Amino acid sequence: MNDRFNLSRFSFYRFASPAIFYPLAGKMIPWFIAAAVLFGLAGLYIGMLVAPTDFQQGEGYRIIFIHVPTSWMSMFIYLIMAFWAAIGLAFNTRLSGMMAQALAPTGALMAFLSLWTGALWGKPMWGTWWVWDARLTSELILLFLYIGYMALTAAIDDARRADKAGGILLLVGVVNIPIIYFSVKWWNTLHQGSSVNLTKSAMAEVMLWGMLLMALAFWMYSIAVALTRVRTLILERERHTDWVKAELEGVSK
Amino acid sequence: MLNIVFSVIARDLKLAMRRQADIVSALFFFVIVVSLFPLGIGPEPDLLRQLAPGVLWVAALLATMLSLPRMFADDHRDGTLEQLALSPNPLGLIVTGKVIAHWLVSGLPLALIAPILGIQFDLSGDALLVLTGAILLGTPALSGIGAIGAALTLGVRGGGVLLSLLVLPLYIPVLIFGAGAVDATVSGLGGEGHLSLLIAMTFAAIGFAPWASAAALKIALE
Amino acid sequence: MLEADNLECVRGERRLFAGLGFRLEAGELLYLQGRNGAGKTSLLRMLIGLLPPENGEIRWRGELIDEAGEAFRADLCYLGHLNAIKEDLTPLENLLSAARLAGLTLCEDDAIDALEQVGLAGREDLACKYLSQGQKRRVALARLVVDRRPLWILDEPFVALDVAAVDWLAGIISGHLQRGGMAVMTTHQLVAIPAGTVRELRIG
Repeated sequence: MNDRFNLSRFSFYRFASPAIFYPLAGKMIPWFIAAAVLFGLAGLYIGMLVAPTDFQQGEGYRIIFIHVPTSWMSMFIYLIMAFWAAIGLAFNTRLSGMMAQALAPTGALMAFLSLWTGALWGKPMWGTWWVWDARLTSELILLFLYIGYMALTAAIDDARRADKAGGILLLVGVVNIPIIYFSVKWWNTLHQGSSVNLTKSAMAEVMLWGMLLMALAFWMYSIAVALTRVRTLILERERHTDWVKAELEGVSK
Repeated sequence: MLNIVFSVIARDLKLAMRRQADIVSALFFFVIVVSLFPLGIGPEPDLLRQLAPGVLWVAALLATMLSLPRMFADDHRDGTLEQLALSPNPLGLIVTGKVIAHWLVSGLPLALIAPILGIQFDLSGDALLVLTGAILLGTPALSGIGAIGAALTLGVRGGGVLLSLLVLPLYIPVLIFGAGAVDATVSGLGGEGHLSLLIAMTFAAIGFAPWASAAALKIALE
Repeated sequence: MLEADNLECVRGERRLFAGLGFRLEAGELLYLQGRNGAGKTSLLRMLIGLLPPENGEIRWRGELIDEAGEAFRADLCYLGHLNAIKEDLTPLENLLSAARLAGLTLCEDDAIDALEQVGLAGREDLACKYLSQGQKRRVALARLVVDRRPLWILDEPFVALDVAAVDWLAGIISGHLQRGGMAVMTTHQLVAIPAGTVRELRIG
């Protein structure tokens, strides 16, 4: 089965082989989980206990320690998926498509969390759960793009075709995201929507640290979850190969 | 090079003319959806004038969506798509021809009928002119982007619903600037800026989308 | 010259064939044989460049077909199991538009001649949706009458034809081989082709 990867002298291609990546990912996952927990605890400590109470917004503002990192992550993850899609389409590596597919649910979760925490934050701030603010609207559209990608890959039975079609959609999406973002922003300024600017009140340095730590925690969490999902995808797609059969027998013993 | 584009346009137009019912039903869908809004929100002319650009544009997006699934599906079913892919011309150019033909039978009729519907919403002469112009300039981008979605969902189960899920978010910029152009005219700001952005998007979509669609079609044909 | 080397085909999770290769010179015909599902059609789709092989390579005049691209497709005539005709167009329109899209020059008189040859005289101007299955197949086959491109790839060309039509098509194919053309085809019924070197390849 691995004769396809007779380029194995290049380590990049070697790790692109599912049979080699599977055990490697298995070893890495606990470390990423541990890092996620550590960064998360430190970030929450700074965010909840160390950071000062905001003189305008009271304690309610502390939701930004979830809201801002999840917004960042939702955008990063789409970019990373597009990166894997480009690699997959250019080099025809099997693992790339699996990576993109494994990341999608986490990206959608981040976009959803960002919207949800945004609504929770908006209620005390603006007195309403939802405003057509440029950032919230773009985040909502990003969630639509994630859902479209997942729906497309789920609807195509052949795994390789699903990877490739999903890849094209991701690349089209990544070209369109800046256009969508700027058009929404322009639309928003034209209609004078109420937008609360975070950077207006110079953000305290502790708050920035808290957000960075939380962002790192979400990074580590996303990597751990994506690797777990990739392992499942590998088992599912390579279930007819000898190494997967051996692996599964080893588990059942 | 351009010969093939014209050949494809001529062929698709001839086929569309033999099935005029499809063109007419998409057009009537547009008319009916637009006419439903006043019934839902009340007949006050001020309100209608304000809502007109958005209503007309959203209806135009949906009417364009209706004809998208058939853009490649018919050719796929009878095997002509294979022959097109085997033509000694770049598939991207062939898709360009199909996109232009799609616009001629879907976008162009919408633009022509839009001013009549605009009158129902009490739009002024200027606004009607800009509305027609915006739909004329913006709908080619809809056909182009739609071609990508149609190619990606070709032969996929639940293709039609999936297609709208993929394509509608990508239509948002066209919607914003298309409706914005009319809005700006109504409020006296002038819609030229919006219109030039629409032109830019249309050119980008016509230039880029056929090649992405061609890549998606090759995957569908594997 | 068409060469295939060490081809491997995987569809879904099944490996249909591996290590398959052949060489086809001018004037030669290759019969592909094998039970249903052995991968005959998949092999044809690889040869026309629509299905990338899992492994191996296909060369046309010494150049990989992917790289030859348009030059290869300009030499290729493919007849699939679908007729590739538009129901709403007449046989004549179908033939002319297929030729135009394939970059061939075909005048109307030649097209009418070709349709007469396949026994559709008098039906040139009737929309194809009013024709019978067999007649639709003949519209598709009429393309072969006027096609002078060197490589013909035919998927089950004899299916749904009556005895007279089978003989006629065998004659068309041997004419093609006599002109120095090549053909690859799948078939369940072995039809004797009068001219050219006939070779067989069994898959699976």
